[in-house]
Amino acid sequence: MVSHVIPKTYAEALTVLKAGNHRVIAGGTDMMVRHRAWAGLPPLFDKPVLFAFTLSELKYVKEDEQVICIGAMTDLETLLHHERTPALLRQVIAIMASPAIRYVSTLAGNIVNASPAADSLLALYALDAQVVLESTSGKRILSIEKTIVGPGKTVLHDDEMVAEIRIPKTRFTHTMFRKVGGRRADAITKIGFVGCATVNEGIIRDLRLVFNAVAPVVVREKSVEALHVGHSVKNVLSDTDTLMHHYSEHIKPIDDQRSNQHYRKEAALRLARHFLDTLA
Amino acid sequence: MPTINFTLNGKPVSLNTDPTRRFLDVLREELTLTGPKEGCGEGECGACAVLIDGHITNSCILPLGNVSGREVMTIEGYRETKRYRVLEEAYIAEGAVQCGICIPGMIIASESLLAHNPHPTDDDIRIGLSGNLCRCTGYNMIVRAVKRAATRGKGLW
Ligand SMILES: Cc1cc2nc3c(=O)[nH]c(=O)nc-3n(C[C@H](O)[C@H](O)[C@H](O)COP(=O)(O)OP(=O)(O)OC[C@H]3O[C@@H](n4cnc5c(N)ncnc54)[C@H](O)[C@@H]3O)c2cc1C
Ligand code: FES
Ligand code: FES
Repeated sequence: MVSHVIPKTYAEALTVLKAGNHRVIAGGTDMMVRHRAWAGLPPLFDKPVLFAFTLSELKYVKEDEQVICIGAMTDLETLLHHERTPALLRQVIAIMASPAIRYVSTLAGNIVNASPAADSLLALYALDAQVVLESTSGKRILSIEKTIVGPGKTVLHDDEMVAEIRIPKTRFTHTMFRKVGGRRADAITKIGFVGCATVNEGIIRDLRLVFNAVAPVVVREKSVEALHVGHSVKNVLSDTDTLMHHYSEHIKPIDDQRSNQHYRKEAALRLARHFLDTLA
Repeated sequence: MPTINFTLNGKPVSLNTDPTRRFLDVLREELTLTGPKEGCGEGECGACAVLIDGHITNSCILPLGNVSGREVMTIEGYRETKRYRVLEEAYIAEGAVQCGICIPGMIIASESLLAHNPHPTDDDIRIGLSGNLCRCTGYNMIVRAVKRAATRGKGLW
């Protein structure tokens, strides 16, 4: 019988995963809730579990000149207070869940859970984060967009786990983050937005607009952004309707218990427009 | 079944049981520590909070396997400390306890906050306690109690 494993080392974890019969659990803040059984009973998992959260080898924040590297088992509360954490990511983490959840949850878990409403993804998409996947046969490094392919779906193979998240160091002249939720703590987002831009002598040099909870995956349209780079802020502001029209094709929210399609779309587009206004 | 070793209220514990069990169930049923309560069972209310290596954690969604090698303190262990006495006095003085079911979690959250931030502002306190729900007090008395403890317990945190 295959059973649950608490590996002592990362190498042991990868060896256990090799057969493809285990499910990685990090902090468990998604997995324990999703597979919850009656009180008093253990949760019901589809596969035996590999407990990775205690692997100290995967708890780190390192940097070189270009990139910040975050070990997959680094908890969100540590990231919130870490001096190397990019300011935008820190801002997003600050409104995620509550301290009790942040001490035991991870960016890797937020990524692999692949919820269209996941908060950290807003920052990770905006910052062009890369995900390092590893198995006993080696590493793959993928962009965050290529890692997540649908709600709850990633390209991870059964024998792979997320080892690290890499974030290129980028400076912007303007950033904005807004989460529209039912309350300030412990709220699942109705719609979220991150805007980043660099404006130099009135010209947009870099523009990134990211939306969550408005489509099956987080929305960032690099081709639409590119249409506006090199143009003056004035020009772009004189015709925000065209830009909004482009996004309106990609913003296809759903109705659920937290909000409805109409509100989500309207709020998303207004937040984007508001961000553009701040560039002037 | 892997053996799971950890420290509980200062004493070593070794268990041979399913590591996917919720730590709250292990505490209440196996170790008969009933201070941590079950409110929501999904990480939202903080009634089940315990300290793991000094940080607040909700034991209702914590798998036993993640406790391996860590130091756990529940309200039963914490009440033997000087810091607890300061918090107890402050909660009573400010009238911050009504039915009481949220209070073990509130005390754990207060400790976790003060240990990391001994001089919290009102906002820091509200953020520090943001994962703990109270149906009775309306929170203002609890915020005042934490402030009072921070002032009176000078040097303890
Ligand atoms: C009360 C509460 C409030 C919350 N609030 C928010 C919020 O405000 N915003 C938000 O975005 N989320 C929120 N969440 C959801 C959750 O906390 C986050 O998604 C968290 O980042 C998940 O991390 P974890 O380590 O707990 O993941 P886990 O539950 O351990 O894992 C989640 C998924 O990722 C996989 N996984 C984890 N790590 C790896 C790895 N290294 N390699 C491969 N697969 C891996 C697991 O197999 C599983 O499929 C909340 C949850 C709760 C219970
Ligand atoms: S019972 Fe654990 S957070 Fe509510
Ligand atoms: S005192 Fe009753 S829930 Fe807080």
